[in-house]
Amino acid sequence: MAVKFDLNEREVWDGNYAASQALRQADVDVVVAYPITPSTPIVENYGAYVGNGYIDGEFVMVESEHAAMSGCIGASAAGGRVSTATSSQGFALMAEVLYQASGMRLPIVLNVVNRALASPLNVRGDHADMYLGRDSGWIQMGAFNAQEAYDLALCAFKVAENHSVRLPVMVHQDGFITSHTAQNVYPLTDEKAKAFVGEFVPVDDMLDFSRPVTYGAQTEEDWHFEHKAKQHKALMDSRTVIDDVFAEFKELTGREYKRVETYDMEDADVVIIGLGTTVETARVAAKNMREKGVKAGVVAIRCFRPFPYDEVREALEGAKAIAVTDRSSPGGAMGAFYNEVAAAMYTSKSRPMVTGFVYGLGGRDFSIEEAERIFAEQQAHADAGHITTDIQQFSGLRGPHLGFFKTARG
Amino acid sequence: MTEIRWHSRAGQGAVSGAKGLGDVVATTGKEVQAFALYGSAKRGAALRAYNRISDEQIFNHAKFMNPDFVLVIDPALAFTDSIEENEKESTKYIITTHLSKEELLAGIPALKGKEDRVFIADCVQISLDEIGRSMPNAPMLGAFVKISGMFELDYFLESMKRVLAKFPQKIIDGNMKAITRAYNEVK
Repeated sequence: MAVKFDLNEREVWDGNYAASQALRQADVDVVVAYPITPSTPIVENYGAYVGNGYIDGEFVMVESEHAAMSGCIGASAAGGRVSTATSSQGFALMAEVLYQASGMRLPIVLNVVNRALASPLNVRGDHADMYLGRDSGWIQMGAFNAQEAYDLALCAFKVAENHSVRLPVMVHQDGFITSHTAQNVYPLTDEKAKAFVGEFVPVDDMLDFSRPVTYGAQTEEDWHFEHKAKQHKALMDSRTVIDDVFAEFKELTGREYKRVETYDMEDADVVIIGLGTTVETARVAAKNMREKGVKAGVVAIRCFRPFPYDEVREALEGAKAIAVTDRSSPGGAMGAFYNEVAAAMYTSKSRPMVTGFVYGLGGRDFSIEEAERIFAEQQAHADAGHITTDIQQFSGLRGPHLGFFKTARG
Repeated sequence: MTEIRWHSRAGQGAVSGAKGLGDVVATTGKEVQAFALYGSAKRGAALRAYNRISDEQIFNHAKFMNPDFVLVIDPALAFTDSIEENEKESTKYIITTHLSKEELLAGIPALKGKEDRVFIADCVQISLDEIGRSMPNAPMLGAFVKISGMFELDYFLESMKRVLAKFPQKIIDGNMKAITRAYNEVK
């Protein structure tokens, strides 16, 4: 029997601690881990909960992140509730096995504390690792603060383990900005959290010897395509389950989550669309711009995969100029997030102007003042009726202006 | 919104100090943020830690701030770090030093004309006396409580006891004495 953990109604936790508490409350059976900054405390704390008797689980230390996710796959296929955490280079090393986990339809929850990818080596937050996982067949949810890192980790188990979903889920939080920033967090009681997440009922678990199954079988051109298409459909169909889980969570806590979040969007002309902590900073800037008479709003992606095309279109339909913020080096393209949003808006009726900003790489600060400047630029596009700047720009970059592609079109 | 910037060296407890302050502030019903800015910090490397305190949920995640309070817990950083960076006309400085205020100010041209907003306490010596080692974060909290007027001293001490609950009683007692002394001695 696990030892009772004393929780207050209001705690001051950082994002890592918040995520680790969610793992404890979800009664995770197995964590297989190879720690990496800035996600280390999540698995470290889980190990401490096991060591101190707060949870009846198993903490398995391995030799690499590749082995960590491989171990998670084994434990999950065996029928356990499984989770781990990683960042950056560790995530990159895990990449091969991420596809195995989703292809085998294993409901593993991976806490990703977003960090830049080397080289140059950098331990701070950007979204390079998150985008690296975008085609891996996992559901990807994003937290904008420590409270959400906790809330979404609980929701993630419920989504992943739903028998009509059976897909692994990543819960992303910004390295350091969320993971190492302590703030007020209002946790659920253990009883409420356990009741919400529910009992894990595995499907085709390998330890059910009365009904032998095969995992990771080989399928060539005869069946591979059908398997992958089915997996894609499962991802697409998970949208309604995610909505249902968020609705249930709201009922329990009063905290409302949507796959696309909108702030001050009722009459917004100019918009910043973003992911992670940037969203909240931009919300402050939007309020400030409204005091100056600019109809500014913010749209945020809570669920990056499956990508919420319809909801993005709906949220941005009335806008005139949209700034898409990519916290990742675009590597010779427009930016992964820009491409998604621009594609969604191309099929909208209003086809608003969409420009991209690459920002915040390696933890570079994103200030309210800079968000206000971006809003003002969007207003200039709206006033002129066409894009007045380069389509791709860099925000917060030192040195001479860097930008690419122009258009005279609206 | 009240914003606080700590100037410290890794190992002096600015990050713990900022988080401890956040813990206590949260018990009053306010919303807090506590974070730090350091790289792959080694003991002795200069670092900055930050607090934001507000009646409403804090959405700003930028590191940039115009601090209301600057807390310097390493005596040398008062001279070598840009402690006046992004200051406001009302920014208050609390600096750890064994010098007199006149001697200190003579060495920091950036604080010229701001004498009324500069306060000093010998947090290093206080922690050596009361805790037994140089841990200037706790006394700095005592000095901050006095200068900010944010809490009654007794309320703060009671709350800090809870924050420090995992430590041995001797350490807790030492911290309480250090906080109280700095509260009384800051000037």
